Amino acid sequence: MAVLLDVKDLTKNFGGLAAVSDVNMHLDDNELVALIGPNGAGKTTLFNLITGQTVPSAGSISLRTNNEGMQVLNGKKPYKIADMGLARTFQNIRLFKGLSVLDNVLISMTSKNKEGFISSLFRLPSFYKVEDRLRKEALDLLAIFHMEDMAETIASNMPYGAQRRLEIIRALATKPKILFLDEPAAGMNPEETAALTATIRQIQQEFGITVLLIEHDMSLVMNVAERIYVLQYGKLLAEGTPQEIQANQAVVDAYLGGGV
Amino acid sequence: MKKNLKYNAIWLGIAVLGWVLINVFEGVGIIDQFAENTLVLIGINIILATGLNLIIGFSGQFSLGHAGFMALGAYAAALVTQAIPTEGGFVLGTVIGMLLAGVVALIIGIPTLRLKGDYLAIATMGAAEIIRIILVNLKITNGPAGLYGLPQLANWSLVYILVVVTTIFTVNFIHSRNGRAILSVREDEIAAESMGINTTKFKVAAFVFGGMTAAIGGALHANYIQTIAPNDFGIMESINILIIVVMGGIGSMTGTFAAAALLGILDMILQGFGALRMVLYSLALILIMIFRPKGLLGTWEFSVKRLFNRNKKKAKEGA
Repeated sequence: MAVLLDVKDLTKNFGGLAAVSDVNMHLDDNELVALIGPNGAGKTTLFNLITGQTVPSAGSISLRTNNEGMQVLNGKKPYKIADMGLARTFQNIRLFKGLSVLDNVLISMTSKNKEGFISSLFRLPSFYKVEDRLRKEALDLLAIFHMEDMAETIASNMPYGAQRRLEIIRALATKPKILFLDEPAAGMNPEETAALTATIRQIQQEFGITVLLIEHDMSLVMNVAERIYVLQYGKLLAEGTPQEIQANQAVVDAYLGGGV
Repeated sequence: MKKNLKYNAIWLGIAVLGWVLINVFEGVGIIDQFAENTLVLIGINIILATGLNLIIGFSGQFSLGHAGFMALGAYAAALVTQAIPTEGGFVLGTVIGMLLAGVVALIIGIPTLRLKGDYLAIATMGAAEIIRIILVNLKITNGPAGLYGLPQLANWSLVYILVVVTTIFTVNFIHSRNGRAILSVREDEIAAESMGINTTKFKVAAFVFGGMTAAIGGALHANYIQTIAPNDFGIMESINILIIVVMGGIGSMTGTFAAAALLGILDMILQGFGALRMVLYSLALILIMIFRPKGLLGTWEFSVKRLFNRNKKKAKEGA
């Protein structure tokens, strides 16, 4: 399988603290990869670096594009990176709270369906045409995740699990190549986690995209991940299949404390 | 498509009906010269406040410099109509004012819209103050004395038409893909950027749009009142517009209409109280904010579509 995203020697220093240092990783087509590590290991910082919210101190991130080969993402604005096919969710849910579920999804479709200022002011027939098509697309997407009934609900009025699901749907609406999920199971009960596991698999299969997932729930990680990266103190500690990671002494030490 | 046409036709009907009603009232003498004056000022305030509501209520950027853009429109229209005192001159002046306000909003917006909350409010206030100081010091604007004896080219019909047109454009803008992108900036800027929204672009777009509509309000003000001076466009005017937005409900265009009308009428009624007028006016503001802290209408919007669907539902239940 070909490399889709290539991260080389990625480093981020916050003052004297190296939050992420010399991380090398790659994501292939249609892969489901997990990123684990103890609290404060730099997982979310790594996400922020890749999706452009934080600017790297050193190293490079490059993404394979359809017609221009590998493109370096460093220094690009988050919205450009999102437009190139990297979509994410957030550890602490960041929905457009006051807007309806449908609007949340429609907003994500804006960048791929730009409109002229004039056509939006004068309501030309083309405006309604595109609007109807997007509405249908958004409802179809919601239907895949059984949320079409909630389309008109205000996002903040939904139960926690549904909000998490909506965040994933909203990210998918940008038509990404890679989906970054930051602790999607945080705060979920075992039932909700099981449903989420199924959802993540479904996304990988139906949408044919690559998923990178940060998660603390090991049952979920070991269940869905094809490969796992382990991060500790900002450095890559191990990489391998779930079986290899479970057998890795360094990883066990990192989680349980060395010399036990 | 056809359905949308129906709703649009109803809105057009409401607009025409309003115009006819005011005309009839004027004909039978319910609306006298004084009331018409109030009506025009309400209309101008609606134009100014809908633009500011777009900036504050929909894009979530707190601007205190709206009077600055109003001043640009007013002076542009005043100077052009002094040279060409015809309707054509008014149109030309208004367009020049709008373009000027648009360019200035762009120049102010790009650096200041990086700021948030109170910092942005202070920066925009400063920008409006700079505009005022420039107007005080220029020869062509006749300095602090301002311009007077301007031709009265604006009447209530023209104000009414421009209120309808700017409102339609503003509301269309809000209920479009661009408008949704602007809302997403208000809701969560970081999330919006991660969903591929160029947040800076949409913030500046809302700011420029609001500035340009303020210029229309300014042009009408100049050619109705017939005298303008830089001090008409100071911080107090910005705050007056802000009061309308906050009182009506931040993020509700219907609320802006209601508050502009209410405050205009209140002001008219209080004219008879002389020096007590401002005290009573302020007291009314305080009472409204205590009992309706989210504004008269919150974020509620009047919608013909919703009204229709509700009636249909009722008819169904009744059957």
